[in-house]
Amino acid sequence: MIRLELRGQVSERMVYCSPFFAVIMTLLSGMLIFSFLGVNPTQAIITFFVEPISSIDGIAELCVKATPLVLIAIGLSFCFKANIWNIGAEGQLTIGALAGGGLCLLFFNSSSQFLMPGMLIFGILGGMAWAGIPAFLKIRFGTNEILTSLMLTYIGLLILSYLIHGPWKDPEGQNFPESRLFQDAALLPIILDETRLHLGWIITLICVPVAWMLMTYHLIGFQIRVMGMAPMASNFAGFRGKNIIWISFLISGGLAGLAGTIEVAGPIGQIIPVISPGYGFTAIIVAFLGRLHPIGCLLSGLLMALTYLGGDNAQIELNLPNAVTGVFQGMLLFFLLASDVLVRYRIRIVSFKNKHRNIG
Amino acid sequence: MSELVVPVLLTIITASTPLVFAAAGEVVVEKSGVLNLGVEGMMIVGAVVAFAVGVKTESATLAILSGATGGMLTAFIFGFLTLRLLANQVATGLALTIFGLGLSALIGHGFVGKTFSGLPKIGIPLLEQIPVLGSLLFVHDILVFLSVIAVFLITYVLNKTRLGLIIRAVGENHHAAHSIGYSVVWVRMGCILFGGSMAGLGGAYLSLAYTPLWVEGMTAGRGWIALALVVFASWRAWRAFFGAYLFGGITIIQLHAQGFGVDIASQFLSMLPYLATIVVLVLISNNSSRMMLNAPADLGKSFHASD
Amino acid sequence: MIDKKPILELLEISKAYPGVIANNRVNLEIKPGQIHALLGENGAGKSTLVKIIYGVQRCDSGKIKWEGSEVSQITPQIARKLGIGMVFQHFSLFDAMTVEENIALGIPANLANENLYQNIIDISEKYGLRLDPCRYVQTLSVGERQRIEVVRCLIQNPKLLIMDEPTSVLTPQEVDKLFKTLRRLSTQGVAILYISHKLQEIIDLCHVATIMRAGEVVDTCIPSEESPRSMAEMMMGANLMTPKKNERMISEKPYFCVNNLNHQSTMENGIDLKDITIQAHKGEILGVAGIAGNGQNELMEILSGEVRASDTSSVSIDQVSVGGLGPRKRRENGMGFVPEERLGHGAVPEMLLWENAFLSGYQSMKLMFNGFMNVAKSREYTEKIISSFKVKTPNVNVTANSLSGGNLQKFIFGREILQDPKVLIVFQPTWGVDAGSAAYIRQSLINIADRGAAVIVISQDLEELYEISDKISVICEGNLTKPKIIENISVEHVGLLMAGIKPLENDDLGDQ
Repeated sequence: MIRLELRGQVSERMVYCSPFFAVIMTLLSGMLIFSFLGVNPTQAIITFFVEPISSIDGIAELCVKATPLVLIAIGLSFCFKANIWNIGAEGQLTIGALAGGGLCLLFFNSSSQFLMPGMLIFGILGGMAWAGIPAFLKIRFGTNEILTSLMLTYIGLLILSYLIHGPWKDPEGQNFPESRLFQDAALLPIILDETRLHLGWIITLICVPVAWMLMTYHLIGFQIRVMGMAPMASNFAGFRGKNIIWISFLISGGLAGLAGTIEVAGPIGQIIPVISPGYGFTAIIVAFLGRLHPIGCLLSGLLMALTYLGGDNAQIELNLPNAVTGVFQGMLLFFLLASDVLVRYRIRIVSFKNKHRNIG
Repeated sequence: MSELVVPVLLTIITASTPLVFAAAGEVVVEKSGVLNLGVEGMMIVGAVVAFAVGVKTESATLAILSGATGGMLTAFIFGFLTLRLLANQVATGLALTIFGLGLSALIGHGFVGKTFSGLPKIGIPLLEQIPVLGSLLFVHDILVFLSVIAVFLITYVLNKTRLGLIIRAVGENHHAAHSIGYSVVWVRMGCILFGGSMAGLGGAYLSLAYTPLWVEGMTAGRGWIALALVVFASWRAWRAFFGAYLFGGITIIQLHAQGFGVDIASQFLSMLPYLATIVVLVLISNNSSRMMLNAPADLGKSFHASD
Repeated sequence: MIDKKPILELLEISKAYPGVIANNRVNLEIKPGQIHALLGENGAGKSTLVKIIYGVQRCDSGKIKWEGSEVSQITPQIARKLGIGMVFQHFSLFDAMTVEENIALGIPANLANENLYQNIIDISEKYGLRLDPCRYVQTLSVGERQRIEVVRCLIQNPKLLIMDEPTSVLTPQEVDKLFKTLRRLSTQGVAILYISHKLQEIIDLCHVATIMRAGEVVDTCIPSEESPRSMAEMMMGANLMTPKKNERMISEKPYFCVNNLNHQSTMENGIDLKDITIQAHKGEILGVAGIAGNGQNELMEILSGEVRASDTSSVSIDQVSVGGLGPRKRRENGMGFVPEERLGHGAVPEMLLWENAFLSGYQSMKLMFNGFMNVAKSREYTEKIISSFKVKTPNVNVTANSLSGGNLQKFIFGREILQDPKVLIVFQPTWGVDAGSAAYIRQSLINIADRGAAVIVISQDLEELYEISDKISVICEGNLTKPKIIENISVEHVGLLMAGIKPLENDDLGDQ
């Protein structure tokens, strides 16, 4: 008989231990699933988690994949800390990519050095605008942001589909639903020769400490944390709840939009029907796994990027369906949530006999 | 006229039935105070399991039952995490959706391109012979009838029986329910499992009757719409039923608008259900005080007996 | 009655929570027809003990005997079957349901049949506890809500009725009515376990009293042979410190004013405030008495600025209108607040003490540097609070929820008082706080008034208000009575005002 007992105080140690528990449990269950699928589990784990990063090129690729995940997860951390459930980052990413990419398509002859920075700013603004809708609806009407931000994701994806099937379709593209290729001035410079590693990674690495300072030591971060933990206390202190909702939505929407522009101006180089393989949703897991802390998000973003690379590699090497990635990600979050119970509660194992005697 | 309209109305019924199942099930779950955002995940697992069993056994009955079971087992993960391990309901629901989408793709990998014969139509004797109305209302597959029966039963049980009273009590004030001796955890677990099986049935309807084939991610956000419908229906099953038909109607009419040469890009018409959801959410949240009367007061809160 | 066999015996009951021993080898015996008091201050373990009897909580060890035979496992259902009924301190009611549905939920299924409606009416008429089975609970007053719980028990013909702090939410007149019902039940042979920390009540009502302190039974007595003083000393285990009032300089002009304020409640089932006028002078403590749910929450919100007044000029400090300002700006104008709820309102439970000190003190104590938190300075300020208000805590890096209720309340008071407010508004300052801390807090309220602050204390605890206030007003249904000088108004008079009855006597002596 297992009993949960409330700890007097949240266990600081467990906060940081539980992600590791979760990773280990996911690996073990992953091996179980692999052996179900008739694959040698050890071989599969190596194919999945080791091979993809056993070369410089692989590591560069890992950082490329981690870039959008980390950026979005940092933004979501602000929302989740404030107890605001923005789950529409995928849509904010898409609109950000359209805003940034759109600027490039508008000036497709330009080779100005201001084009690329301009695109990044437009991307941020686009993401902010899209995140601003659920924020406005929540503040003005009290509408639940979970559902509105999600519905807006579907709408954002349909806008993308409309644009590349219609007005933004490449006139010389043999009728494929794709925009024209971005000119060089619009692309993020490569920072490591012979790889796809681009400037976006540096931007991400800069965002991490900035977000950390903002979250932990700035009044804005303090207000966000207070509102998330105790909204009444936030009122008591005189913080304006509406402003906090705006700020957290705009930060997360802006970062998601930035991630979207970085994708189209980086590894993709044009606007295509599928800009993101669900980065906006996976980033939710990244944020939780990273304990809603920017540095944690960086680490867990790298790990989650690895599951994408591993999924691709497993598909090629072992002929496993790509969907294994999703199963891994889902399991990881389950195990994390499960082991998080240890943060607040102590597990007491009570033998049945003993318990009976106590009561009798 | 009826030759033109009846087929459209029939497709509306097919498009609405999955939403009816999922939303009506979620009404029960939320009435017990649990917010399970994993409807999409439970639906798609139900869809793939039902389809796989259907293809393997060629038995519609087995396919339907296993669809419901698949949804229920997925829901059990949610129940265990949120009720026993007190995990955050919002995060767990999201994880359930991500996991369900991945798992279903994995299970369905071998079933892409296979077909299922579909569900047989059942006519209700005598009533089916009424002109127009007969074929519209009384000749359907078993799941359509079942969805209507389920809505009636849920409404009856929640409002007229002691079981319903207990479910509502647990959702209203779990501490009070606990102190007068009801097991909050077990009542909620029961509701979660029921909701899971209903979502599973909704998914099964998609893969067995709506399209009769398996496509990755085929629920296409219906689980989320079902969640919105529950709020739209202010936690009443019969209103969720009408809401589902409203949304099913928009989806189908949008398809036909393209057919009738309405000169709007298809993407904009496809946005309609999502836009409508947002509009409805805004309208009902504006009228919150009246709606709150029926909203379970302890919705989404974790319960631990010694708190 | 003495030779009757006990209906309920508790033998060596123990129960521990993490960090607290709630019950330590408690023994208790209750006989049929006996009104048995369980007396002890907040946190003495009374509520835990009765929850164990009713099966809501399980004990770690010990035996429970019912009518002489041991009961191995109790759940509320089994307890009801045995004939135990319980009226909870925090009612176990469902607001969005009708009276009938609420009663149906708390009784066995076979009783919850179509006759239930008539049964409720019969029982409530028999005992003079008027109830309409069709009403929704959220539309009922606190007293009516308690009646539901009582009727729910009586409908099952209980042999033992447990009442957990039943009078804390009632007016003195309602208390009299309840006591009549309880005495009547007692003569019919029903045993009553009556939990309270109010001494006079126990002397008036109970045959026997068991006194608990820190989870243990420390004494038993016959209340009619004791005085409130002697029982209080048994309960506290020490002599009481009564707060000292000094002669003070009271400012001639009111310093903090509320003028004819009308305010629609923003809360669900809230109470609208009607034509509220308050004039608080420097160096004076104004008490606001009233039964819970009569507009105190709304009053606190509007005084603290968490909800703005629609007429900005209706609230003013030193003739400066502050009605349109939020709490942050009001603090800048020299106000300080202590809300009712410690955890989650006055302090963030999961945050460290120094972060909680920063929460309300960051402006006036200048704990910020260019928008960033000055951690060292915040810690320093926290240390100061801890040392000057004797807060028991290992250091400033523990979370607020790890402190006991009394210590956290002292911390919150310290945080507000060290900012040297000119106007201090406190809500239920000693609710759920141990006697030592409560006395300390009351003294510190008097001290800050001595130093020339205007203090407003909103409290349900009349004893407390009589102890510390200079003037008293009563809030009822959102109306606030004119303040009276405390020496010129009797408890009975205040009781009638709390019930919304205008007393006939026309003494305006107390008016200022």
